[in-house]
Formats: sequence, structure tokens, C-alpha cells
Amino acid sequence: MQIPYTVEPRPDTGLYNAKLGVWLFLASEVMLFGALFSALILLRTGATSWPHGYEVLNVPLATINTMVLITSSVSMVMSWASLRLGDFGKYRKWMSLTFLLGLVFMVIKAVEYAAKFEHHLYPSHDNFMATYFTLTGLHGLHVLGGMIVIAYLLGPGSKMWKTEPERFTNRVEVVGLYWHFVDLVWIFLFPTLYLL
Amino acid sequence: MSGHSAEEIRKETRVYILVFVALAFLTLVTVGVSYLHLSFGAAVGLALFIASIKGSLVAAFFMHLISERKLVYAVLILTVVFFVALILLPLGGYHDRLR
Amino acid sequence: MSASEEQAVGAEGHAAEHHELPFWQRYIFSQDHKVIGLQYAFTALCFLLFGFCLMLIMRWQLAFPGRPVPIIGGLLGSANAPGGIMLPEFYNQLGAMHGTIMVFLAVVPLLVGAYGNYIVPLQIGAPDMAFPKLNMASYWCYLPGGLIMLASFFVPGGAANSGWTSYPPLSNIATSGQTWWLVGMVFLITSSLLGSVNFIVTIFQLRAEGLDLMRLPMFVWSQLVTSFLLLLAFPPLEAAGILQLMDRVAGTSFFMPSGLVVSGEVLEVAGGGNPLLWQHLFWFLAHPEVYVLILPAMGIVAEIIANNTRKPLWGYKPMVYSAVFLGFMSFIVWAHHMFLTGMGTAISSFFQTTTMIISVPSVVILSALLISLWGGSIRFNTPMLFALAFLPMFGIGGLTGLPLGLAPSDIHLHDTYYVIGHFHYVVAPGTIFAIFAGIYYWFPKITGRQMSELLGKLHFWPSLIFMNGIFMPMFVQGLAGVSRRLYDGGATYSHAQGVLHWNAFMSMSAFGLLIAQIPFIINLFMSIKWGAKVGSNPWDATTLEWVAAPSPPVAHGNFPELPVVTRGPYEYSPPGTEEGFLPQNAVA
Repeated sequence: MQIPYTVEPRPDTGLYNAKLGVWLFLASEVMLFGALFSALILLRTGATSWPHGYEVLNVPLATINTMVLITSSVSMVMSWASLRLGDFGKYRKWMSLTFLLGLVFMVIKAVEYAAKFEHHLYPSHDNFMATYFTLTGLHGLHVLGGMIVIAYLLGPGSKMWKTEPERFTNRVEVVGLYWHFVDLVWIFLFPTLYLL
Repeated sequence: MSGHSAEEIRKETRVYILVFVALAFLTLVTVGVSYLHLSFGAAVGLALFIASIKGSLVAAFFMHLISERKLVYAVLILTVVFFVALILLPLGGYHDRLR
Repeated sequence: MSASEEQAVGAEGHAAEHHELPFWQRYIFSQDHKVIGLQYAFTALCFLLFGFCLMLIMRWQLAFPGRPVPIIGGLLGSANAPGGIMLPEFYNQLGAMHGTIMVFLAVVPLLVGAYGNYIVPLQIGAPDMAFPKLNMASYWCYLPGGLIMLASFFVPGGAANSGWTSYPPLSNIATSGQTWWLVGMVFLITSSLLGSVNFIVTIFQLRAEGLDLMRLPMFVWSQLVTSFLLLLAFPPLEAAGILQLMDRVAGTSFFMPSGLVVSGEVLEVAGGGNPLLWQHLFWFLAHPEVYVLILPAMGIVAEIIANNTRKPLWGYKPMVYSAVFLGFMSFIVWAHHMFLTGMGTAISSFFQTTTMIISVPSVVILSALLISLWGGSIRFNTPMLFALAFLPMFGIGGLTGLPLGLAPSDIHLHDTYYVIGHFHYVVAPGTIFAIFAGIYYWFPKITGRQMSELLGKLHFWPSLIFMNGIFMPMFVQGLAGVSRRLYDGGATYSHAQGVLHWNAFMSMSAFGLLIAQIPFIINLFMSIKWGAKVGSNPWDATTLEWVAAPSPPVAHGNFPELPVVTRGPYEYSPPGTEEGFLPQNAVA
């Protein structure tokens, strides 16, 4: 029994199933991070005092991390373009770079967190630290989740390229959309937490 | 996806590189602006403005939203409306409160 | 099902593979929407009964305060009920968990997980849901979430006890059961998220040829809107849950105001938090959630009414537009649950206005269903009885919501028994009656057998009477000012004395309602084995699940061949037909 429109798009919607599915999922993620932004805004508005991000956090490291994620978005979309051009080797290289950059992001994050903990700046310290750790922590979990899926697409999942290349290409596209979204969230998180 | 020639795909990759350069540049701009230590309102406005441009570039070109289908647009517009409500209404409740 | 049915699936060699699936893949980790739907149904019905029993224990305490709970009093444990006499702390656990279990573990999993999963692919002519693996994952997030909730009764301090609404600061400092509640909710929200993506993609992408959106059965429309509500409204509660977990486990102060004093001591937290932040995020979900509780129920009732009046639904288009409009509005009314939190007149007026507006589509839908009865050849079978009863019961529930949605009257009624009466009318003789109606209606499709009409009526009439016996007096108590969540039912308040006697009456009605379910439980199990055998369309219905699929549907793929739709969903009694109805896939 075949589920229709897993690979070829449905004529009236113009979409294949997973494409619509991932956009719906991303819509829910907008509401998830949106709720946390709303929390941050409400707490900051009602606070008697609230530090500027650049007074407490490491802006240079976070700027590097921003560049890291942006680059990883480029490598991700290049890996998909390679598959569309039928070049599995190039796909492998670009996707591996994406994974690597994700790893770099997480390492820098870990360094940032460790530095905070060394100065006894835990989430419980004040609501600035609480929102910083919660927002970046949840974002970091999303990066991690993406990396796990990328590892699968580089490893056991890549076998599908030989049997169903179009379906595999769609999978990479869909994971790419997720990855770009994670980059997008950071694009807003970075100035909000670090620069204001 | 089917029906895109190799030439078209290579054209797209050129766009990706351009977008990357723009994003890198805007990142430096947003960091630079923060050193100006503008008033809080101006700083927030400018930071969000630049972030919105960056985000739009990622959405439009990396996520191909610029050529997406109506159904996806409809879902996203709906989401944005609710997102705005979620941000603004609790804030409204805070500002318009009994003292 | 027979071997010939399995081979008739017509897929490329899959039929042969299907024979080989081991037991645990066929029935435990199944990816078939019908099996998953039944897993949800069985699990959710168990939770429904359990949640009902929790309430029965509460109602004993309310009717006979300080008297040992009979029969099971000894089993409750000395931490909860020494000598069988309920402690207030245990009452609070029962209250919080009754609400949580009924809403999140029983009703929504029944409406969406069970009915949605089983019926939607069939009604749209699809072989399964768009993402069968995701569907399986969705159930297997729901079950652990439910088990975590149940397990929380056994941890020190017992289950969550700060209401199903879990308001901080109380929930922040509550016993460990609250943390279990939060973890359980994360599982349940994940399950819901996976499901809602699946439903929306399935409905948009897997409709049969010829099935335009305006030919969809009302039930499918209701599921589509419901899924959007779940998709976009749950994440803020997930966020709130994360924040409360951080407060409880990591010592943050998202919801803890500065200088909070507990038992005479100032709490050692950073402070600066906002308890109202939780309320905003919680109700952002919980208001759309109540439309999740009612929309699929309206969908079920619509199907059954059309079928048993032998006429098309009156006002199909207005009903569809109303459902969509209702779904949209449901996202911007939430703070009518917060009128008493100190919000000013401007913001309160905003929410009061949107709340009044949202009552319009509900009235349109209810009216259309009522008008659909006019001139019909009504068949009073058991599903129709429950569907008919839904109408006035939902009407009472909806109308009693109006004084709550108006801020001035809400000042008097907020957090009283009036509120409890209002929402129970909508969910209990409302939604749950629709669920019963659906069970009696679709049982023949699922099993190929019919349930007993006699036992069905023995279930229906006492249930209707006792439902009203439990919930009508709540309006009286609420108007008198009796607060909700009171362990003693208001006994210590002078303003409650005149209405206290209703407690015993309501509790006796509740016990009666329990007895009334016995014919149903017997009927359900007996009919699976010994019910009268029926063909594919015993109700002479028009929609695809009846006209294009056998009873039960083909194991893998539902239909011997995928249907092609040629007409709308409710062509009953069209001029010039002998049969009295035209199937949706009738050859034009």
C-alpha cells in the first residue's frame, strides 16, 4: 500500500507531503520560541532592573557563533543543491561541513556556559540569566536534534540515495528547512539576548 | 524540484553565496550598532529591524519561501498573526493594569 | 479478515508482506491508522473511567464530609485518607488530576486520537494517514505521558494538586507530583504535535480524486480546524511547562515574584518573576483547547443527524465557515479566564468583545444542526438519541458561558461552581454524549457487528437524567457564591448554607451516572463477540467510510479500490432515487 504524494507533489497544493509537514512543524516552533520571547519581553518590562546583554555575556564568541550558523545554513542548502545536480560526493562534503559547523556552535556554547558557571552565574541567579540559559538552552537542544538527523542522513539514511534518490533529496530538503529555521531563531536570539 | 535544469540550480547557488555575504555583513552591522549605545527604544527597533532583514533573507532564499505555494504562505501568515497576538496582548495586559 | 480481502489491496506485493508482520508490529507498534485509532480508543476510555472514578471519590467527600469513603477507602492509603477519611491534600490531588486526565488523557485522545485517526482517512478515501510512522510515535508518546501522570499518585506528596491550571506560585512550591505533571504534559504535547501535523497533511494531501474541500464531511472539517488549534496553541503551554520546570528544578524565578512569603518565611529565590505570565501562556493553549473539546464532537453529531434525518445538513457552508472562524477567534479570547487578575478596563474590554464575537459561530453551528432536524424523517436509534441530546445540553453549556464572558458578571461568578456547571455541561452531556453517539454509530464499521439497541437506550436515558442531576444544581450553588475547589463543598461559609443540600443530590446523581454506564460497558464487550452481523453500510449512509469500504475496512489500504468522489457528503433523499440516498462515490 503506497501513500500518495510522498515524492511527487500533489497537483492542486503543489506540495509533497513532507514539505507541508515540515512547514506545519516549523509554524508550531514559531509559537514555541514566540512564547519564550513573549515571556522575556514581559519579564524585562516588569523588572526593576535588567542588565544589558553586552555587560554580562560574551559578544565576540556569540558573534562567531552567529557566523558559524549562517555558514552552516549555506553549506546545508549547498548539500541539497548538490543532490539535485546528482552529485552525491559533493552532497557528502557539504553535509559533513554542516555537521561540523553545528558541532563548533555547540562547543562554543559549552565554553560560554562553562564560563558563566565558573563565575557562579546559574539560571537561578536572576531572570536575565534564567531567560538566557532557557532560550539558548532550548535553541541548543534544537541544534543537537538537527545534528542527530544530519548524522543519520550521512550514515545509515544515505543508503536511500541508491534506491530512491528523489525521495532522499526531498528528505534533505525538509531537514534543511528545519536547519534554516534553527539559524533563523538564532538570528533573533543573538541581538535580543546579547546586544540589547 | 523536477523540471529545474542544472543551469537553474547553479544560478540558485550563486544567489546563496550573495545571501551569505549579505548576512555576514548585516551581522557585523548589528554588532557595530550595539556599540553606539542608543536609547533602549531605538536600540530595540534597530536590532529587530536588522534581524528581520536577515531573517527574511534566510526565509526567502535558503528556505525558498519566495517561490513557495499558497497553502504554505497561508499557514505562515496565520502563525504570524497569532505570534503577534501572543507578544502584544500579555504586554497590553501588563500596561493596562489596575494599580 | 479473509485472505481474499487482503489480496484485494492491489498494492505492489505489499499484501504478501503483510501476512508476515509479527504480532508486536501488527498490534503493538502498528502503523495502521485503524489499529492506532483503536489503541487510542481503548486507552482513552480507560482513562475516562478512571477520571470519572476520581470525581466519584470527590463527590463522596462533598456529600458526606468527614465520612470514610466506602468500599475503596482502605485502599487509598493513610497518606491520602487515614481511616478512609479523605484529607484536604488528597482532595486537591483528585481535583487537579480529574481535570487533567479528563481533558488531556481521555476526551482529546478519544476525539482526535481515536475518532480522528480511525475515521478521517476513511472519510477522505485515503489508504492511511500521510505519515504512518509518525502516527505510531504519537500514540507511543501519549501512553508514557499518561502513565507518568498515573504514577505521580504514588510519589511522596502525591499527584499534582494545584488544579489542572497549575497556577504559580502555588504550583511552583507544590510537592513533587507537580514536576511529574509537567513531564507528563511534555509527552502529551509532543504526541499532540505529531498528530496535528499528520492530520493537516493527510486532509490536504490525501483526499480522493474529486473530493474538493467543500465536499468534505463536516467531521473532517472539524478535525482540520481542531488540528490547527492543537498545532499552534500547544507550543506556548510547552514553553510555560519548560519555564515552570526550570523554576521547580533549577531554582529560577520566571513565575516567582520578589519577596514571596511562604509559611512565615521569605522564599530564597531571585524573584522578579510574574505569576500572570504563566496564566497568559496557559490560557493561550487552554482556551483553544476547549474548542478542541467541542469541534470534533459537533462533527460527529453533524454526521449522525444528517444520516438519521435522511436529509442533507442545513447550512453546510455556514457551518464550515463558522468552524474556521471559530478556530481563528479562539486564539484571541483567552484572557476572559483572567478578568479577575487586575487587568484594566481597556484590555478587559478587548477580550470581552472577542469573547462575545466568538459566541456567534457556535450559535450558527448549533442552529444549523437544529434546523437540520426540520422536515426530517427522524430515526430514533441510539446514536441519534445521544446526538439529539447533545443539542440542548451544549445549548445550556454555551448560554451559561455568556455571563462568564462578560467581565462585570464574571466578577461574581469567577471561580464558583457556576463555572464548573458551565464547562461540564459542554463537555459531559455535550462532548461525551457525542463520543457515545459516535461509538454506537461507527461500531458496525469497525467490527462488522451492531450494538444492542435495548442496552443503548438503557444507557442513554438514565445518563441524560443523571448528567442534569449532577450539573444543573451547580449553577444554583455558583450563583449563591460557593467557590470551586473547596474540600468541604462550602460547609464553612455562611453564604453557602442555603445551597449545601444540593451536594448530596449531585453526588447521588453521580453515582447513578456510574450505574448507567454498566449497560454500555456490557453492550460494548458483548457486541464485539455476539453483536448482530452487518454489511458495509447498515445505516444507509452516504460518506465514503460506509459506501466504499467493507466492515471492517481492508487491513492495509482500507478500500478494495480507492474511491472517486462525484458529489457532496449528504445527498440524502435526492429526487428520483429508489435507495433514498446517493453515495459520495456514486457513478455520475
